[in-house]
Amino acid sequence: MTFINYASREINCKIVYYGPGLCGKTTNLQYIFDTTAPQARGKLISLATETDRTLFFDFMPLELGTVRGFKTRFHLYTVPGQVFYDASRKLILKGVDGVVFVADSQEERMDANIESLYNLEENLQSQGYDLMKIPYVLQLNKRDLPNIIPKDELAEELKRKDEPVVEAVAASGTGVFDTLKAVAKLVLTELRKG
Amino acid sequence: MADTPILLRERQYHQIKAVLARLRLDSSAKVIFLVDKDGQEIAAQGEMGNLDTTSLASLAAGNVAATGGMAQLIGEKEFPTLSHEGERESIHISVIGRFLLIVVFDERSSLGLVKLRSKQVSQQIFTMIDEITQSGKDPDSPFAEITDEDIDSLFN
Repeated sequence: MTFINYASREINCKIVYYGPGLCGKTTNLQYIFDTTAPQARGKLISLATETDRTLFFDFMPLELGTVRGFKTRFHLYTVPGQVFYDASRKLILKGVDGVVFVADSQEERMDANIESLYNLEENLQSQGYDLMKIPYVLQLNKRDLPNIIPKDELAEELKRKDEPVVEAVAASGTGVFDTLKAVAKLVLTELRKG
Repeated sequence: MADTPILLRERQYHQIKAVLARLRLDSSAKVIFLVDKDGQEIAAQGEMGNLDTTSLASLAAGNVAATGGMAQLIGEKEFPTLSHEGERESIHISVIGRFLLIVVFDERSSLGLVKLRSKQVSQQIFTMIDEITQSGKDPDSPFAEITDEDIDSLFN
């Protein structure tokens, strides 16, 4: 939920990166963390297992600059992608302002993408949100791998509305900031409505 | 369909800061925060030093959300307070409506004192945050006129 502090002249918004296990959600945040000036971002907190799988969430605050005299801060979260962490995923969606769905473009992960997308719709609903109305961006990740589904085919399968679709290779940073920009723009545009 | 934004006015912010400052003195605490259940920091008071308040707020919210989920699994609505005691530093969290009052304290205080003082101010804080959450839409929102250029400029 957007929080506007008139005293410190700050807007805070919450963005959640969602998607199946190993699709690259944490990699998106890690790239943003690695390539952003330290004064513009806080620590990257990763609550992960010993094998570096996300256990609860990753979190990173990012300051983008000033709009109309207000500092804009985005709190970026990822959810754990593995199916059995569903209770945690629901909790992380509380108060969300915008969602990025990170799809894994590899053929063998198509079922996992679809399952995760249904899971997102269900979990949003359980928190009182509607995917059709919330600021939402679809990222097609891992476009550098050999066994990927063509962009149009993948987008047609996974698109839910007129959401922006961004091709990405999160590990090398391709599309990472385009995705962030697209979702931030939708969230800030939503603020116009009050 | 995002929620209505929380709007915190300057007067409300200073009122909250004053209550937190008083609580800090009364409980001999190091730092006191008010954050919302989504992990957004509302106000803080005390010896901040190098403390990463943003991360602390987010982790506290995650902590309360996780224990709240456990509470529901065993048939409780929520756990209204949480305490974590370390060797030197400790944390006490009280759930007040949709906000969390977080008290960080050390050997200069005690869990009993922090619990007592937190409980004493919780009604006052509840009344204040009720006013914030009831404030609804902002008729003079500075964001009503945000342009695409404003947004694009953030990324340049």
